Amino acid sequence: MFNWLSQIAAVTGANLRTLPQRRGAAIAAAVGIAGVVAVLVGVLSIAEGFRRAMTVSGNADVAIVLRSGSDSEMTSGISHEDTRTIADATGVARDANGPLASAELFVIINLPKRSTGTDANVPLRGVSAAAFSVRGNVALTAGRRFEPGRNEIVVGAGAARQFAGLDLGKTIRVGANDWTVVGIFSAGGGVAESEIWTDAHVLQPAYHRGDSFQAVYAKLSSPAAFRDFSDALTTNPRLSVKVVRQSDYYAEQSTAVTSFIKSIGVVVAGLMALGALFGALNTMYSSVAARTHEIATLRALGFGSGPVIISVMLESLVLALVGGAVGASLAYLAFDGFTTSTINWQTFSQVAFAFKVSPQLLVRAIVWAAFIGLFGGLFPAVHAARIPIAAALRET
Amino acid sequence: MKFLYLVASNLRRKKTRTALTLLSIIVAFFLFGLLCAIKAALAGGVSMAGADRLVTRHKVSIIQMLPINYATRIAAIPGVASVVPQTWFGGIYQDPKNFFPSIPVEPAAFLDMFPEFVLPADQKQAWLNTRTGAIVGRATARRFGWKIGDRIPLHSPIWRRNDTRDLWEFDLVGIYDGAKKNTDTSQFFFRYDYFDEGRLPQAKGLISWFTIRVKDPAQADQLAARVDQEFTNSDRETKTEPEGAFAQGFAQQVGDIGTIVTGILSAVFFTILLVAGNTIAQSVRERTEELGVLKAVGFTNELVLALVLAESCLIAALGGVLGLGGAWLLTAGGSPAPGLLPTFYIPPANLLVGSALVVALGLVTGALPALQAMRLGVAEALRRNA
Repeated sequence: MFNWLSQIAAVTGANLRTLPQRRGAAIAAAVGIAGVVAVLVGVLSIAEGFRRAMTVSGNADVAIVLRSGSDSEMTSGISHEDTRTIADATGVARDANGPLASAELFVIINLPKRSTGTDANVPLRGVSAAAFSVRGNVALTAGRRFEPGRNEIVVGAGAARQFAGLDLGKTIRVGANDWTVVGIFSAGGGVAESEIWTDAHVLQPAYHRGDSFQAVYAKLSSPAAFRDFSDALTTNPRLSVKVVRQSDYYAEQSTAVTSFIKSIGVVVAGLMALGALFGALNTMYSSVAARTHEIATLRALGFGSGPVIISVMLESLVLALVGGAVGASLAYLAFDGFTTSTINWQTFSQVAFAFKVSPQLLVRAIVWAAFIGLFGGLFPAVHAARIPIAAALRET
Repeated sequence: MKFLYLVASNLRRKKTRTALTLLSIIVAFFLFGLLCAIKAALAGGVSMAGADRLVTRHKVSIIQMLPINYATRIAAIPGVASVVPQTWFGGIYQDPKNFFPSIPVEPAAFLDMFPEFVLPADQKQAWLNTRTGAIVGRATARRFGWKIGDRIPLHSPIWRRNDTRDLWEFDLVGIYDGAKKNTDTSQFFFRYDYFDEGRLPQAKGLISWFTIRVKDPAQADQLAARVDQEFTNSDRETKTEPEGAFAQGFAQQVGDIGTIVTGILSAVFFTILLVAGNTIAQSVRERTEELGVLKAVGFTNELVLALVLAESCLIAALGGVLGLGGAWLLTAGGSPAPGLLPTFYIPPANLLVGSALVVALGLVTGALPALQAMRLGVAEALRRNA
């Protein structure tokens, strides 16, 4: 057994030391695999970033109440009276100012994107005083909160970055109203950072909403209180509402976009992997061909076919892992933290987010690279082991 | 021509290598075709927009509604040929995953406005006669296996119906085709009168946007400004822009994603080509000795150059044709994700670019080794492997 291992070590060492002689082919194979890995990581980091932005803000102990039959805040509607009933329902957490429930309005305004100058649908949310405590992760990074009753807005960090005119102290005109930006807030990178917030009671008349709202966000006393809260509202004959956890609500909204991007990423990277596999096979075949003589000599000296096969596969694996590591680092440097925005079709509005190259993604990419390397080495390795010794030694 | 045999036997000399190189080129061009189709689908309606059409919507955003009686005021503006109101219905067929656009319209005016939707005359007549009638594009009809005469129930999260079931039922009276390949045939159209009658009292008379046909496309920009002026300082101000800009705006909302994806992928495409190119170049380098022999028996420099180039171009052309052809066949089968990619075809311009890339690949990968082969001194070449 030890002999067998030392044979593997000897042959593999010789293979790797002679790699510089086969520089061109080796680099081509590694570059091909680096390309596959970079694409896989790059595309999936978009999906991962979008998913994170959508789910990071979803607390399991925050419930969203919508009109039954609506699929998002956009299409929902709840009367003022009903929002009171909801806030007073069992399971809602309370602080000194009363129940932690925020009745909210959700509309869309057009603002130009900074990058292209074209109009984008930016969400404008009218919130109640409790909204900040309900979310828990919303913190001002500049300026102050809006004052109730005034045409003031606070802007999410993502929205401020992506859309023109949302700078502290500036005024934007929407319809017949002017709004002054008095604060910028962060929300842990979550979807709220793409929004603009103002006092719901100021937004209502500006949008002819009378005294109605679109959703109630309620902080529950615990995640387990959700069931009681939900049952209390849905069995109340005077209400016609549905209750969802904030985490589920956003997770569901993100599935369409993320699964679309993921499937594009996997299909394209899969095809590329096929292309890179052919490249690796070519490289390893020519690498074996160039050493026919040496391999035959080793076999004649008594080296087994096992060590020959394993050594060729190890060489291919090393090339693949080097290529994979280069591709993954390039993708990490190029994409991680890259900010952009796209449309969330469920609410018809923009979501600003940052690409995320997660450790799992990197591991996955390296696994792909390793598979390409092993498959790329397998057939040439078997070929090498089957070289007829006498004939190969006779060749010049 | 007689040298073709020589080129062919050179390609046959290491069959595995030729096959692998060919396969990687096929994959690269297949990918190229696929990406062009995805990009074209993400760019959406931009390419199918009419130059003589404008779109008018609420100034604040498209989700704010406009009253349908604006149509009369717009139609009265000199230079306007016709006006068609449309509304985003957001219909859901059984499951939100089955998404397709659904829009209530006034049939006659609508079909006049959009000649790219081709509907047989008898089906048009049936639509005009049936209040609950609806028409759907070929792509969506095929997706759900709908036939004329089917009853289609849709639920709308936006528009509630003034009855307890809250379900809108339509009779499919027609299936339209696209006049051109890039026409989106995923949309579902039904009658505005049926829609307006069925919705809640406070929602009646509201629509999402107007499409306007102008008499003279050269006047389109002035006319757009004139329309917006008509409603300045009203309760609901408007924003009017050419249909192309409106569609472009939508594509931009999806965002830089499209650009980023294509960027990454073209980088990859070139990576594969680099790998394939390297193999071709290597296979020529290995034959230095033989090229020396050819020259020694009287082949001219130019002929040797041509032979090597012919070899690389042949393999590139074969791979390119098979790859692009495969992608073309795949797209002919229809969109794999009709909800997100309403159209799925390779624009002819991209096929041309692809062909140009095929030729470029053949020439570039062959050029360096071919030049080396041409400049090769006979004696030196023969000595190389000695």
